[in-house]
Parts: sequence; C-alpha cells; structure tokens
Amino acid sequence: MPNFEPIVGRYFTIYVEGQPCRIYVEEAGDGIPLVCLHTAGSDARQYRHLLCDETITKNFRVIAFDMPWHGKSNPPPGFRDNEYRLTTELYKETVMTFCRAYDLVNPVIMGCSMGGRLTLHLALEQAEYFRSVIALEGADKLEPYYDLSWLHRPDVHGGEVCAAFVSAQIAPQSPDEYRWETLWHYMQGGPGIFKGDLYFYWHDGDFDDRSPRINTKNCPVYLLSGEYDSSCTPERTIDTAERITGAKTTIMEGMGHFPMSENPELFKKFIYPILEEILGA
Amino acid sequence: MVLNKLKDQVNGNKALTERGKWVSLSFTFGIDNDDYLISIKNGKITQIQKRNLATESGIFAIRAAKSTWIEHWRCIPKRDFHDIWSMLPKQLITLDGNLLPLIQNLQFFKDLIASPRDGKD
Repeated sequence: MPNFEPIVGRYFTIYVEGQPCRIYVEEAGDGIPLVCLHTAGSDARQYRHLLCDETITKNFRVIAFDMPWHGKSNPPPGFRDNEYRLTTELYKETVMTFCRAYDLVNPVIMGCSMGGRLTLHLALEQAEYFRSVIALEGADKLEPYYDLSWLHRPDVHGGEVCAAFVSAQIAPQSPDEYRWETLWHYMQGGPGIFKGDLYFYWHDGDFDDRSPRINTKNCPVYLLSGEYDSSCTPERTIDTAERITGAKTTIMEGMGHFPMSENPELFKKFIYPILEEILGA
Repeated sequence: MVLNKLKDQVNGNKALTERGKWVSLSFTFGIDNDDYLISIKNGKITQIQKRNLATESGIFAIRAAKSTWIEHWRCIPKRDFHDIWSMLPKQLITLDGNLLPLIQNLQFFKDLIASPRDGKD
C-alpha cells in the first residue's frame, strides 16, 4: 500500500441562497474542530501541511473546504449566466451553512486573506458559536492598488495573471517549491473567480466601522500578518488590533501573504503557540 | 552599471527566455531621471540603450528611483521592494503607456527586471 497522507477528502451538497452547491472538503485529526478558509482565488489545498501535521491533528480536527466556484467544489447550476461576485452576506451564509451541515460544535475558525477578513465578521456576529477566530492576513480594511478588470479578460491568460499578481505577496525567503505550489493554485482558478473574490476583500467586506464592537472575551481574536504582505500589511493588522480590544497580534517576520502554504515550517513557529493557548483555554 | 550586465543575465537564462518567447517589443526602464529602452525579440534582449530623444519610446514604461532599484536587486530585498507589484501600493514605481503586453507577460517581466539579483547580498 502507498504511504497515504492522513487527509480524507469527501463531497457533499449544501444550499446557499437557495442554490445547491456541491462542496469538496478535506479533513484530518480529532479534537476541537478547526475550520480553515482559503484565500481569494485559491482553494483548500493551501492547508495541506496543517492537515498532515500531527502536532496539530492530535488535538484538532482540521477541516478545510473549497468554497463554491473554487478548487473541486462546483459553481451552482446556471453559473454560465452569472458573473461570480462574492459579497459579505454570501460569504457568511456559505461558511455558516457549511459549519452547520457539518454539525460542528463550538469550532475554531481560521482564514487567510479574504478568509481572515471573514473571521472578523464572524467574531462579531457568531461570537457564541465560534470558540475563537484566527485571522491570517485579514485586516478589517484595505486599499485597492490595481484595476481588477485585468484579472478577467480574453486577451490576458487568467491563471497566469492571477499568479503573477500574487507572486508579489510571497516573501523572498520562502522555499521555492512552496512558492510555486502556492502560485500553481492560482494558475488553476476558474475564470473571473479571483476577481469576484476580491470584490469582497477590497470593497464589500470592509469592516473597520464594526470591528470595535467585537467582544474578545466572548470570542478571542488572533491576528497574524506576514512582514512581506503588501496588501494586508503589518501596519494594517496593527491598526485592526487597535480597534479590537483584546485582540492578540503576531507579525510574522520573513513571511508573506500565504503563511500556511508558502512556508509551512516557519508558520509552525507562529501558529503552534496560538493553538496551544486555545487548547488550554 | 547594472544594466550593462542585464542582457547577458537574461539571455543566459534559458527558462526565462523560453517563457518569454512570445515577447517582442521595446519598453522603457527608468532609473531616476534617466530612461533606457530595452528591446526584446522572442524573449531575448537585443539592445539596451539610453533614451536620448522624446520620439524614442517603449510601448510601456516602468520607472523608479535608483535607490529603489538597488534595493530591489539585493538578494533578499526589504519588504515592499522585493517585487515590482509590491512596489505599486507604496508608489515606489510608476507604470505608463500600454500596459497590456506587460500584464500579459507579467511574471516574465518581473523576472527579467529582477535578473541582476546574483544571490549575494
């Protein structure tokens, strides 16, 4: 028999905004549920190192799923006639529907980039449900710095341009193997999906007006930002932390925007203490 | 002068020139107030010359301060200087002209411009 990884992948269907969405999910481990949300334009493969990390999976049931339209999850029927655009409400409903369909009790939720931003929304609105939230590269407000229309047009290869745009977000110290694996996920995204996700990340999902209302005594908030992240910069993460009383901040030196996939070994140094703290709470 | 070596560094990188085999154009590369025209044919640099006349123009232009390029070309640049797309939000570079061929071949141009990184810091 091959030396299988401990990850198990399965499919199931949830209904979001009345539409059936066939979802692909991977999980490994036992213990406290740890739901992982991928970045804009990518998929749950970003979490494969966490899913295979026994230090984590001996205490946490790590669950990572592809959002509809991403990875191996389908777009809803009739997608051809609709431009994909992720709104805050759609994103929240998708994640909560997933968690409830999975019968998760008091899970931890960790997201990166747009996923990180969403966890802050959930810390406010679902504080009783989530044990704690971990926002990787997930500041509550960002400033767009390029024209999103470049990401989806017939004279530019969508996969190549998405990868080329986000390659700037990876730290130069990150191992080449994982840099290019992270970019490969972007090269494989569906047409217009990264652009549609960035509608949430750059426009609809701004949250700085509400983030001060998060009560970290009900739902602890951890904010982590990579030194080389040029969208969710360390400064923006610190600004976010100043608006959320009790939020705990970690600046990850030598890291970019994709900590779990661009440099999984270095990421352990930052995520282990947080998971230990959650475990001991 | 870094640009003196750029042609050999790029043309000696087979993987890079192969990826750029569909690129044939001239673009403007600015260092402080000086512009240079970098001409490419099928992914290889054919000529780098200082721009002397206003009528000499590349299809697009990328410009930054000399100090910015020096930092960009370090083995491990400081954050914000490590990639031309990370320089954008900090306004460390300017882009002008027809950006379509740049965007169509963005990783190629990023790697071409970063070629002077020699692994030594």
